[in-house]
Amino acid sequence: MAKYPTEPLKCWPKAKELRNKFYKNFEHAHDTGGVRVMGSAWALDAVPMGLGRDVYWVTGEPYGASCAFDRPFSAECMDAAESYGFSRDLCAYMRNYWGSIILNKYAFGGSFPKADFAYSQHICCSHAKWYQNACELEGGDVPLYAIDVGAGAYPPFEPEMYQHRVKYVADQMLDSIEWMEKITGRTYNDELFFEACWNDIRSTHTWAKVCMLNRAVPAPLDEKSIYSLYVFGTLQKSNGDFADFYEELLEEVEDRVKRGVASVGNEQARVMSDTQPPWGFLKIYRYLETWGVVSIGSLYTFGLEGMWLYDEENNEFKPRPMPTEKAKTREEACMMLADWHLSKPEYQHYYHPEYKTKMMDAIAKNWKVDGIILHYNRGCEGLSVGIAENRLGLLERGNKVMTYEGNMGDEREFDLGAVQMRFDIFLESLGLKKPEE
Amino acid sequence: MIEKFQEWHENRHEYQKEWKRRTGNKIVGYFCTYIPEEIFYAADILPVRILGSHEPQDVTEPHIFGMFCPFCRDVLAQGLKGKYNYLDGITLAQSCLHLRQAFTSWDLHKNPGWSYFLPMPNHVQSKRAVPFLIEEYKLLIKKVEELAGKKITDDDLRRGIDIMNNVRRVMKEIYEFRKEDSPPITGTEAMYMACAQFFTDAREFLPVAEEVKKELETRKLDRDPGKRIMLVGSENDDIEYIAMIETLGERESVGCTVVIEEHCTTTRYFWDEVDTSIDDPLTAIAERYVSRTPCPSKDWPQRTRLQRILQLAKDFKVDGAIVIQQKFCDPHETDIPFVRKFLEDNGIPTYFLEFDVTVAAGPFAIRTEAFLETLEAEEDLF
Ligand code: SF4
Ligand code: SF4
Repeated sequence: MAKYPTEPLKCWPKAKELRNKFYKNFEHAHDTGGVRVMGSAWALDAVPMGLGRDVYWVTGEPYGASCAFDRPFSAECMDAAESYGFSRDLCAYMRNYWGSIILNKYAFGGSFPKADFAYSQHICCSHAKWYQNACELEGGDVPLYAIDVGAGAYPPFEPEMYQHRVKYVADQMLDSIEWMEKITGRTYNDELFFEACWNDIRSTHTWAKVCMLNRAVPAPLDEKSIYSLYVFGTLQKSNGDFADFYEELLEEVEDRVKRGVASVGNEQARVMSDTQPPWGFLKIYRYLETWGVVSIGSLYTFGLEGMWLYDEENNEFKPRPMPTEKAKTREEACMMLADWHLSKPEYQHYYHPEYKTKMMDAIAKNWKVDGIILHYNRGCEGLSVGIAENRLGLLERGNKVMTYEGNMGDEREFDLGAVQMRFDIFLESLGLKKPEE
Repeated sequence: MIEKFQEWHENRHEYQKEWKRRTGNKIVGYFCTYIPEEIFYAADILPVRILGSHEPQDVTEPHIFGMFCPFCRDVLAQGLKGKYNYLDGITLAQSCLHLRQAFTSWDLHKNPGWSYFLPMPNHVQSKRAVPFLIEEYKLLIKKVEELAGKKITDDDLRRGIDIMNNVRRVMKEIYEFRKEDSPPITGTEAMYMACAQFFTDAREFLPVAEEVKKELETRKLDRDPGKRIMLVGSENDDIEYIAMIETLGERESVGCTVVIEEHCTTTRYFWDEVDTSIDDPLTAIAERYVSRTPCPSKDWPQRTRLQRILQLAKDFKVDGAIVIQQKFCDPHETDIPFVRKFLEDNGIPTYFLEFDVTVAAGPFAIRTEAFLETLEAEEDLF
């Protein structure tokens, strides 16, 4: 018996349409003389947008996840990457991506559209290497620029945000602008950059506000839906259509909260997750729902493409306020964007697991979570780093924690039956009753 | 004299404890070769590298998820087992995420009271890396001064530079002997030397190394050098493995000598000196760490390592290269297909070995033997 009313999200068809258009745009960019860019979902994607309104992206992580969702295609990609000599334990998104290039098959049909250049960033060992190798696999004539964002943690995890750290990232952006002008032969338009920069800030701020609404009981969104929505930040956070979409979404979710509309009608318990899910097996979230359990999100879905600040004193986690004014010069825009991005929650754990534990604990307490499910994700070294310490730290802070091993993008490393059994034991320990078949 | 290196290697803890007693100074353990030892020497603190001890893993399971490299787990195990309880501090420079886990877990559970993470830039090919690193060094220096209880002057830094440059230079000179047709020093001994340098005071290491250099001028080894092998790849301090393959010739038809390595235990660590013609010592140190042979995780957008590897292979006249990768080592895994192809294209046969420092070296030696036989077969064709 449902305790709460439910209804589908009204913006769902629009989300689908936007996503399809994004991938089509990349594919057809050259038909109208546009520019194709490939790079990480974490890239400072606003910067290349100063090259023109006809710059189209594909980002490796959501692309790799789309491959993983199509399990037979992913298996082909994995085989291709492994036959080339890449190790099976490398990032699963990356192997899907390289496999697509090697096979020359685009996950959305046709041959893999070759990018004009790669623009990425680096904090995980694999980030810049991903595109270094992708460029090589494309024939060696695709140039790469990657920005090192490994400039240290953001306060409160460091005593202050040292200006030389922000400047290091900003200066690389400035250098990349000259580089892009050289390799594309285009003149850079600062106005377009300022606009993209503001869209980036707008979308990542708005996404955090959307996630805040999930503190409500019942939760207006479940994590499976969140995956379909946070993706716009991973596709291109500087995209104006996406920033507008997030604002529409925010209004709709506010309305759901006002009317008490739930995502899981019989919400009885709330969990949070960590790291990317096994994309080929999202049904595990439906399985949780049969127990009356809603997964309200994670530091990953909240903080990969949402900007937040952690408040140590109050163990709070709140959206980072937007700057009061837009940037007026190229230098200012680069500094603003660098500072904004260095506060990304998903960057902080690269420096110490303790930082992530604190933020996760704040989410657990403020989003009224009953249990935490950690995905020991063999597919992603970057987000699994320190995860065993997160487990210990969360337990120490009085949380109930379970773990399961899997892989976000390589189905060979996921055992659905075994994971469901672990869920059963954990959910029973939370005082829930297994639903009748 | 050369045996001294092995002795230091085997008795690293005794040496370090005794050093501390004798000098009354502090010791900081570092996890990665991107730590500027010059700055620690400038403060009269002894920097010692923490390596594993090649034991089966039993204590790290709750702390590091099993998909991270065995080397980093082995390193953490040393800390958790209390083998380094005498340290006054620990430090790590930004390198791979694997080692970062060893450092952060150590920091959480065995913090000696001082720990520091240095954001060493990844984009070492950018002109922005050196100015950034200089500022980071200034922050590091403040922390080191707190530990040392004294100020570090430019002259102190210059002293630190000299200390490190001297040992780098002598080790390179010793490596020159490995170019000979019948090298008077084996790969095993060279590894003992490099590791001993990590574990000892460079000022005490230097006279011994100078002495060894002299000895090598007349030293003759009573062994057939066999195939000349290069090791390329991940961190690898598994001396047992090298000793095992270098004695294959005593039991099998083909033997070998490891004549050069490109990994962070040896050449990536010590090959490059600080340029003392640069006036400002901090700039000079930063330049050195930014331009040294990079770890693959920092070797982008250009893959500059390839040319360096090839140059070493030519200079040391290698017959074949064993591309060693610590299991799960992402930085190297992203380079390996290209390293192998590049070497093969340049006429150097390669063999790929996925390594695990925490398991016995025997099976790896057997696989190496098979590779050596293929090298022999290739020669037979002509
Ligand atoms: S391992 Fe994870 S963090 Fe690293 S590139 Fe892959 S998906 Fe990104
Ligand atoms: S072997 Fe590889 S993964 Fe391990 S510490 Fe070295 S670079 Fe890192």
